[in-house]
Amino acid sequence: MIAVFVEHHEGQLQRGSLGVLSKAVTLGEEVAAVLLGPGTKELAREAGRFGAQKVFVAEAPELEAPLPQPRVDALAQLVGEQDIDTVLFGASVLASDVAAGLAARLDAGLNWDLVEIEASDGQLVGKRPALEDSVYVDVGWTSEPRLALFRPGTFDPAESGGEAQVEELTPTFEEFSTAATMVEQAHEESSGPSIEDADVIVAGGRGLGGPENFSLVEGLAKALGGAVAATRAVVDAGWYPYASQVGQTGKTVSPKLYIACGISGAIQHKVGMQGSGNVVAINKDPNAPIFEFCDLGVVGDLHEIVPKLTELVQQRRAG
Amino acid sequence: MKIAVCVKEVPDAAVHKRIDPETKRLDRSGEGALNHFDTQAVEEALRLKEAQGEGEVVLVSFGPASALDSLRKALAMGADRAVLVSDESGAGSDLVATSRALGAALQREEADIVLFGQQGSDSDGAVLWAAVAERLRVPVISQVAELEVGEGKLKGKRQTEFGYDVIEAPLPAVVAVSDAINEPRYPSLKGIMGAKKKPQETMSLADLGVDEGSVGEAGSRTTVLALADPPPRGDSQKIEDDGSAAEQIVEFLAGKKLL
Repeated sequence: MIAVFVEHHEGQLQRGSLGVLSKAVTLGEEVAAVLLGPGTKELAREAGRFGAQKVFVAEAPELEAPLPQPRVDALAQLVGEQDIDTVLFGASVLASDVAAGLAARLDAGLNWDLVEIEASDGQLVGKRPALEDSVYVDVGWTSEPRLALFRPGTFDPAESGGEAQVEELTPTFEEFSTAATMVEQAHEESSGPSIEDADVIVAGGRGLGGPENFSLVEGLAKALGGAVAATRAVVDAGWYPYASQVGQTGKTVSPKLYIACGISGAIQHKVGMQGSGNVVAINKDPNAPIFEFCDLGVVGDLHEIVPKLTELVQQRRAG
Repeated sequence: MKIAVCVKEVPDAAVHKRIDPETKRLDRSGEGALNHFDTQAVEEALRLKEAQGEGEVVLVSFGPASALDSLRKALAMGADRAVLVSDESGAGSDLVATSRALGAALQREEADIVLFGQQGSDSDGAVLWAAVAERLRVPVISQVAELEVGEGKLKGKRQTEFGYDVIEAPLPAVVAVSDAINEPRYPSLKGIMGAKKKPQETMSLADLGVDEGSVGEAGSRTTVLALADPPPRGDSQKIEDDGSAAEQIVEFLAGKKLL
């Protein structure tokens, strides 16, 4: 049986894990969804609609906060009690920590950042882009259970309309697993039209040098009739609001044109914008990974290039 | 307060990285460098030590013997000493095997806080801390952008897909910092000169009581089966700004009918 860790937030099953669930159904084994946290029993039916034949739920209060270690306890117990040969995860801040903790607990192989998985002769083979996606690596497992983390947004959820058999778990928890506590959560509600709908996005990263230089990015975005986006690093540093963040822990965008200013192109940013039609990157570091996945890369000082570019675009649009 | 920082040597960013088709491992024969994400963990450790007015910052690494050269950069930044776990049978270790070797070295250090950088710039690996925390049986907080240490506990603010979380954990604890946490300092000349004289210890797996069969390829549970070219993508151009970059970008956009 393949188990899929299905993440939920405010009563909603998350798209990324539902995509993994739908993919798991194609691998030819029985598939179970694992839903952890108070209130998850009510979500079990939803998981059935996306192909889970079984849903394991645990509603223990220790699983209330989205922290990884109590989930490692619950999953380890589940794998120990059930005939589970594979556990799949859609990567997220939470799921990545759960998967790695579980790997160490069970002495199990974890392959991460996968963009594909296939079954052949009872073996599973995963595909992982490496070295800034310049090479694709086929990876396998030498023992069971096999654990895998998929790159966010890799698979689209597909409704199959099935009904799942629900089973409740009563995990016991390790002392160290419940030692960390969530003391504050400031979760933003998604609102209104956003960068996800923009045809043109101009994005700024650390290379801008400071929050005041976001005016350069805003000026260019305005000239092109586009929206402004930011990387996690600058959002975390307080230079720009979270709602503008593109990447693994932000929005996933696919505009016709994405102009990256002072963005190195770390993997967590890339996964949020790799679906863009055309990518132009301006960065002073010739070794920045972003140059490996842009259509036009410019090695140079954005503080000189961006204002000039803005002016030229304005002239062209006016003329 | 004792702070251990897990650091890693990676191929230098200027070196063209390749995977050896024979071993299917990353070719590490070229020039190495300290993983730049790790310098932020080192920086945070130094700031914590400075804020406390006392303490020790220990670097802990698992890699080839030559990795000591890269660790010296972190010593030059101000770390007090370095421990390198190096063993021929360690090559090819995956997550479970690496966490076992690092975990054994960390167990011996008994640090109050174990810090990790955001990711490995070679493998894009961003999960090791959770496996190490499991080996040490201590709490873990990842993606921390602001770290506060109090009496016997610490508090981390971090970003998730939904906004911000603040998580508290008793010490000892493992913390992985995000790349937003700080701007790492450059080593001073004095720091560079002094780095060579700081204690640098290389340990084998046997020294740590780790069974050789539980690390390296033998102790790994994942395997690389084949290498392939990525799906083809359109023509990509790279230019150096000679003063006409803005014009060239406009031409590119016009050519793609994006203006």
